[in-house]
Amino acid sequence: MTATVTAPRRGRTSGSGIRRGEALAGWIFTAPVIVILGIFLFIPVLMALWVSVSDWGGRGSPFSGNVNFVGLENYASVTTGEGLTARDFGTAMRNNTWYVILVVPLQTALSLFLALLVNGAILRGRGFFRTAFYFPSVTASVAITVLWLFLFNPRGPVNAFLALVGITGPNWFADPRGIFHVVLSGLGVREGPSVLTGNGFLAVSWWNWGAGPSIAMSAFILMAIFTTSGTFMLLFLAALQNIGPEIQEAAMVDGANAWQRFWRVTLPQLKPALFTVLTLGLIGCWQVFDQIYTGTKGQPAKTTLTPAYLSYDAGFLDQNWGQGAAIAFILFGIIVLFTILQRWVLRERPVSRRRARQYELPARPATASPATIASRQVPAPPDPAQTPGGADDLGKGARS
Amino acid sequence: MWWQIGLYALLILISLIYIYPFLVQLSTSFKSDAEAAINPVSLIPQVWTTAAYERLFLRSDFPVWFRNSAIVTICVTLLRVFFVSLAGYALARLNFRGRGLVFAGVIAVMAVPSVVLLIPRFLVINQLGIYDSYAGMILPLLVDAAGVFIMKNFFESIPASVEEQARIDGAGTFRIFWSVVLPMARPALITIVILSFQGSWNELSHFIVSTQSPELTTLTKGVAGLASGALSQGTQYPLKLAAALIMTIPVAVLFFIFQRRIMNSSQGAVKE
Repeated sequence: MTATVTAPRRGRTSGSGIRRGEALAGWIFTAPVIVILGIFLFIPVLMALWVSVSDWGGRGSPFSGNVNFVGLENYASVTTGEGLTARDFGTAMRNNTWYVILVVPLQTALSLFLALLVNGAILRGRGFFRTAFYFPSVTASVAITVLWLFLFNPRGPVNAFLALVGITGPNWFADPRGIFHVVLSGLGVREGPSVLTGNGFLAVSWWNWGAGPSIAMSAFILMAIFTTSGTFMLLFLAALQNIGPEIQEAAMVDGANAWQRFWRVTLPQLKPALFTVLTLGLIGCWQVFDQIYTGTKGQPAKTTLTPAYLSYDAGFLDQNWGQGAAIAFILFGIIVLFTILQRWVLRERPVSRRRARQYELPARPATASPATIASRQVPAPPDPAQTPGGADDLGKGARS
Repeated sequence: MWWQIGLYALLILISLIYIYPFLVQLSTSFKSDAEAAINPVSLIPQVWTTAAYERLFLRSDFPVWFRNSAIVTICVTLLRVFFVSLAGYALARLNFRGRGLVFAGVIAVMAVPSVVLLIPRFLVINQLGIYDSYAGMILPLLVDAAGVFIMKNFFESIPASVEEQARIDGAGTFRIFWSVVLPMARPALITIVILSFQGSWNELSHFIVSTQSPELTTLTKGVAGLASGALSQGTQYPLKLAAALIMTIPVAVLFFIFQRRIMNSSQGAVKE
């Protein structure tokens, strides 16, 4: 700590007289944020943690003397119990799992595709197309749900368009059949083998797990893709704009065709953006609530029930506060788990021998992606903003 | 040449898919109930009627919902911008013990998904005795960890020499923040305004768990109720779509005013 006046005046020097009030000011400036986050985020989570292991019934304070600690009973009754909430939880998990499996890859692929389409520098009307794709993302989920209920009503526009091509559209939001079961019954299979119908997970048989999302849920899946692709397109677009043309050009000189250039050159450089999009998509997909509350309340036949909605339903409508809170924490756990898993899957790996041989480089343990190696084959770009080492950072985070 | 025509055809087709729902929403809101059912696809009503809007504004609680949404959104946006930039400035520039801890806490908080907070928030709001009041609706939304993060990053990008000058001239910390640094932070502030406005205007779950009385119903809550059948006999698509449309207008206006900024916000060094 240098207190001398001649020391370089950096933000970190402290102790000089001129900066005396800083500590106090620092606390005063951050106080509103700390207090509000503490009261409405940190304390609530602790309270709910207590409620999830207590038998509080919703009357009076959860900290009063007649509320008892029941351990993991609420968690157990949700996950392994025989009651209604347990069956509903299994169904909600099944519904949301299918929602995640279909929405996350489709929204990622579509938004990347849209970003690649509107990225072209020579494209006319770029602004218009971007606006068109992004606009649904700023609209409230309630408003979009209302619109979706109209579009997918039995005599609505979607079915009218399907009728044009000779398809009789389903009664979307009232049809509980799983889409894979619809396909199977089309092939004549109406009953699953007893191995699948007799056994199951979370009080739902494997046969029902395999039913796929119901037709009602499929409408929500399409809606999720419609509303999120714009936001994620912008993220991909930002990443694409940060890629210098040099590597592309080098790959072109080396004779790579467009497809190879996309897979081997562009995509590896988009990895940080891909990571962000997948993580945000996963986190968002486990939180489906507004749509269900506005649209179907979990119907038909509970096939649009999601854990988030069930948590609300168990607490606020059934007064099962302990179970509702337990569901919320299970959901939190799932989201955290997926984020960690994601990070692990997309981590930077050392280049494999086979891959290294392809690039005619000695295999080395350094954290280098094919893109990094590709960038080493081109001379350092003259642009000072793009230092030669810049490409090494791509794996850790997008340059902003 | 041919691939370019193909590209444009594809782009136009996709944007039609994205825009058509909103156009059909607009036109259906001017149709009669019967026409909305018989002729759902057309973009031009055979008979124009403003019945849905009259019903909403003259014979329903819709104006109350709109007012509540406006009150909450304005309060949240103004105060959030202020609090978040104060904290962002302190975390970026002011030296105090525990700064790292505060920042780590804010980041950790960002990881808690809002849906997980439904029951917890209700519990605290109830305990504090602000259930079913504007305070309960507004206070929890006043702070947003992502906003603190954005402001901190922005303030760090402003050269420190700017403040040194003011400090030598004898300005206090708040004075420097308010009259020197904050005006320079306009791009970041606009981002926070957009995020806060959009977030609180579109918020649903928090209002469900913090209020119950009809006088405090917001647009999102009211329209969600409409969708699931309140106020209506039969389907009444024009009414529901009109309500959803009006709800979209303020966000759309903001979007089109700041469009360039929103679209380019994360594009840094675009070479155009």
